Amino acid sequence: MSNPQTGSFPVKRGLAEMLSGGVIMDVVTPEQAKIAEDAGACAVMALERVPADIRRDGGIARMSDPDMIEGIKATVTIPVMAKARIGHFVEAQIIQSLGVDFIDESEVLTPADEAHHIDKYKFDVPFVCGATNLGEALRRISEGAAMIRSKGEAGTGNIVEAVRHLRSILGDIRRIGQADSAELFDWAKQLQAPLPLVQELAETGRLPVPLFCAGGIATPADAALAMQLGAEAVFVGSGIFKSDEPERRARAIVEATTHFQDADVLAKVSRGLGAPMTGIGMDEINQRYAERGW
Amino acid sequence: MNIGILALQGAFGAHQRVLTDLGASVTLVRGVEDLNGLDGIVLPGGESTTMSMLLDSSGIAAPLREQVRNGFPVFGTCAGLILLAEKIVDGRADQQQLGGLAITSRRNGYGRQIDSFEASISICEAQNTFSMNGVFIRAPRIEKVTGDVEVLGTVNGDVVLVRQGNILGATFHPELSDDRRVHEMFLKTVSRRNNDVEQAQEVRS
Repeated sequence: MSNPQTGSFPVKRGLAEMLSGGVIMDVVTPEQAKIAEDAGACAVMALERVPADIRRDGGIARMSDPDMIEGIKATVTIPVMAKARIGHFVEAQIIQSLGVDFIDESEVLTPADEAHHIDKYKFDVPFVCGATNLGEALRRISEGAAMIRSKGEAGTGNIVEAVRHLRSILGDIRRIGQADSAELFDWAKQLQAPLPLVQELAETGRLPVPLFCAGGIATPADAALAMQLGAEAVFVGSGIFKSDEPERRARAIVEATTHFQDADVLAKVSRGLGAPMTGIGMDEINQRYAERGW
Repeated sequence: MNIGILALQGAFGAHQRVLTDLGASVTLVRGVEDLNGLDGIVLPGGESTTMSMLLDSSGIAAPLREQVRNGFPVFGTCAGLILLAEKIVDGRADQQQLGGLAITSRRNGYGRQIDSFEASISICEAQNTFSMNGVFIRAPRIEKVTGDVEVLGTVNGDVVLVRQGNILGATFHPELSDDRRVHEMFLKTVSRRNNDVEQAQEVRS
């Protein structure tokens, strides 16, 4: 090993560990990034449109303009993330060259490849990928993802899908913990996931990388629900800057993510936040982003 | 031994796994009342700006600063070390500081995540010399060491592990590797202080 060595897997997973217990906020301008940092965000996701607007506008959603990403990077001192399309390894190469701290290979953007995800081991910068179930999570980890997040249903302000995904992933982890060694072969087959990862999971009782929640968080109570279910941190996309009072709501969600077990604190920070984003029911949407990814 | 881990934001879970493995009982500290009955506290890595804001809103900052001043054993890693540094470069003007370590520390002193690295650290503590692998994540850089701060670990000439009294500070993350020796070093400090406190009480009675 050279001394020092950059871009190793422990170094990538390490940043995911550092973001635990925190809130990662979607921002579309340097001004929003500043508001997020001041409110206690542990990182920001720089993108051109929040998922609610991508959903409204339709069309093809792509990587953001490098100028826009660099403007946000120059404004804050906390880590900056950016999104690449599923399978679009050239967008990822460009984002890495900008010195962004984490790449989200995201189903919120229009997929560029309908069979393959990015080979994330080829990059020095860490990746986060979405998952709806444990098999998907383990496939992304086997491709080199350093963090998994629930997909939820981005841009809806509706927590129901994120809850479904977290319960599915964490429930199966608990069930695998009870399985005997022979049953693990069948689990690997059912999950379409590499056997060594399933065996490691059975031994440790946890994913080999941190599991965060994303997709539909709009209130402090939503964030605390995700944390009580077992997420280690939360992403908030449209929920903050599509609400009436982004500064107060951002701050309240940060407090709720830390004090997720303390109902008195949750009651206190939930007061007087103005209207949350309106949100949409699952039967009102025609495009489910969570179905993107393979 | 009851060790607190500041659990406002950051890698408190990783520290919890290591300390539990070493046989310590662990309290996750999120409110002032969680500081009661601890023998020592770990300040984990994470975002120092986020932690600083939550230290303030939770009311933990003032009592913890007082405890640090009174010789309470503290182990800060990365952002935790920044909180303990007497001087911070490139921090936010409103950043909470606990103080205790007479060092100057530059936030993100090695650059962004793309510059984060693993390296072999040379450690020399109590006539015991060894090397261990260290993971550095957007790490702070110790630019100046003053007063009676002991330098315990270096990488290519850079100071990465320091001690002053009962305060231990690392710019890297021993909780992210399998090597437990730095955590053991901290637990030794805690039990030594427990013995000192007990003896002082016996003398008094």
